[in-house]
Amino acid sequence: MHLRVSEGWWAALGAAGMSHERWRALPRTARRAVTTGVWLAILLVLIAFFGVWKTTALALAAVVALLVVPVWTRLPYGKFVVPLAALGLAVAYPYYFGSMPQVPIFGPFPQVSTMVVMMIFTMMALGLNFVVGYAGLLDLGYVAFYAMGAYMAGWFASSQFAHQKLDFGAVGLYEGWSGFHISLWLVLLMAGIATAIVGVLIGLPTLRLRGDYLAIVTLGFGEIMPQIARNGDSLFGTGFNLTNGTNGITPIDGPGFGNWAEQHLHLPANYLNAANFDSLYLWTAIVLVLITVFCSLRLRDSRLGRAWIAIREDETAAAAMGIPLMRTKTWAYATGAFFGGVAGAYYASYKSGAFPDDFFFNISVFILCMVILGGVGNIWGVIFGACFLAYLDREGLANVGAWFSDHLHRQIDVPKYEFGIFGAILVITMLFRPEGLIPSQRRAAEFHEGVHDEPLYDAETAGA
Amino acid sequence: MPDPILETHRLRKEFGGLLANADVDFTVPRGAIVSLIGPNGAGKTTFFNQLTGVYKPTAGDVWFDGERMTGKPPHAFTQRGIGRTFQNIRLFQNMTALENVLVGMHVRLKGNLFEAIARTPRVRHEERDARARARELLAYCGLARKDAVIGRNLSYGDQRRLEVARALATDPKLLLLDEPTAGMNPQETAEFTTFVGRLREEKNLSILLIEHDMRVVMGVSDRVTVLDYGEKIAEGTPEAIQKDERVIEAYLGTGAVHA
Repeated sequence: MHLRVSEGWWAALGAAGMSHERWRALPRTARRAVTTGVWLAILLVLIAFFGVWKTTALALAAVVALLVVPVWTRLPYGKFVVPLAALGLAVAYPYYFGSMPQVPIFGPFPQVSTMVVMMIFTMMALGLNFVVGYAGLLDLGYVAFYAMGAYMAGWFASSQFAHQKLDFGAVGLYEGWSGFHISLWLVLLMAGIATAIVGVLIGLPTLRLRGDYLAIVTLGFGEIMPQIARNGDSLFGTGFNLTNGTNGITPIDGPGFGNWAEQHLHLPANYLNAANFDSLYLWTAIVLVLITVFCSLRLRDSRLGRAWIAIREDETAAAAMGIPLMRTKTWAYATGAFFGGVAGAYYASYKSGAFPDDFFFNISVFILCMVILGGVGNIWGVIFGACFLAYLDREGLANVGAWFSDHLHRQIDVPKYEFGIFGAILVITMLFRPEGLIPSQRRAAEFHEGVHDEPLYDAETAGA
Repeated sequence: MPDPILETHRLRKEFGGLLANADVDFTVPRGAIVSLIGPNGAGKTTFFNQLTGVYKPTAGDVWFDGERMTGKPPHAFTQRGIGRTFQNIRLFQNMTALENVLVGMHVRLKGNLFEAIARTPRVRHEERDARARARELLAYCGLARKDAVIGRNLSYGDQRRLEVARALATDPKLLLLDEPTAGMNPQETAEFTTFVGRLREEKNLSILLIEHDMRVVMGVSDRVTVLDYGEKIAEGTPEAIQKDERVIEAYLGTGAVHA
């Protein structure tokens, strides 16, 4: 189908005097400039006639053209240009998003609060990418780690345990406080470590399994965690209130640097009291994502990363080359869990609560979709997939629904079909681009050529 | 026999009711090239898989370099110094030749997760040395300048060579080659036979070979062991094996001996 469309184009262009050969003969930059120019022109026309025009659309187009057209990777340090520009755009987002034009169908640019959620889900998706993308283990219970992280924040940065009284660098304490209040920065780290430990505990019995079996068991754990959260208001009938049941734990402290830092370093004392609350959370989330990306890149090119990829490619051969399967897989699991836990704790702080209803199975699938849509194993792809799907979930679909309602004069509740739409996106991805939108080269080859990983083992020897 | 590198004592493997290996006593002397031959289905590969920890023996013991290895997982065998290749090539098809060899070095490297994230000077040195050594190994196995080629894009002979390079990267004391010349033409086979002899001399290895090609077996082996229906039916020098009645019978049928 793809081929036929492009042939049609070439027939039309050929009539205009531009043959395939002449096009190929042009310098690469020129070809990129023309292609980008055409797409941007189409976008600008769409915005002008069907969206809400603002002159900033021209600036936006200029920035995109500047980033896309030159072959930056050929310059020294050129590979940093696009990521750094993207980072800059993300950091400055709260200052310019209000003056952006409105795109047709999708409407205005996302709110800063949506951006925060997008960043948090990016972090979770990158965490899952360690497990699914690098080590090739299908994990359908990733929400368990998110829940664990969120409840860690609930336990150590709220008044949940009212009989205790412990303050360790927490901000925003009020008169007559009780419970554990540990600085949220520390809680993030604690959540990550505790979740990694849970990951190891879940991993030890399950990672001996392969493929489908592993998926089913992780699915089970993904269901167990929220059930514990839901029924944890009287743990094992002892009356010990661990999770506050369906009411969840709320409020949870915000992060902050304390009064001293506010006076001397102009750092916010407490995010929850700050006027630019969302922006602060966004910038912090960006830092967390950066840390995750950094760890992803470093690990990918390490001894451990190679071992993960080897296991994904051929478990039997990997074991024969001396890679301890259980230990290596467990490291992937623990690493993924760590980042899931940190993201969960941070999200709980942002929402100021941990509620069992937030941890349904569909979140696991949602995060998995982000990884698959973007490109399994490719960091940039996963970031894109996470941002796009999280945006659709929080804002995009509602905007699309509003646009349809306005233009078709009929009420269509698009967000209600959310998971149907995500399912359709997934099916389309799998049919036309199974390696994801921005795949890693290796993964693209695997999807098209396949891997051979038929087991050769006694099941009992698969362990380490 | 003085100080064998590998020994099995009454090694037995049953799959349900099928007896694949019947109480095989077997020895590889240090520094020797030993071949394991036998008709199809004689239990050679099953035997091999027990020597690398892929299968657990039903009964009996595997001793390697003075240590009892029975029941240990595959990576422990590699750790102690058994490197192997596969009968049907099992490279990491989507990794480059260099990466394949680097995976082979896994057990000899130390960098852990935290060091990898911090990229400590120790890890940086280790990685640089590993890459240099991997390139050397590739060149040694005849894959110079192929280090950036993806596994699946290598020619068949090169894939076989890469499997050997990857096995050598584990720094083995004993190298197990499972039908390494399968699918090679006579010239490649001859080259490979020379290469195996060179390996023993230059890398100070003991080698255990499963092979069908009798020219290879007879040309390079110090000792030959013959399996038939899971049982060891003969053992000795290539010359003795060629004259052994039970071996001829197993390969050619009963009539051949008495005719």
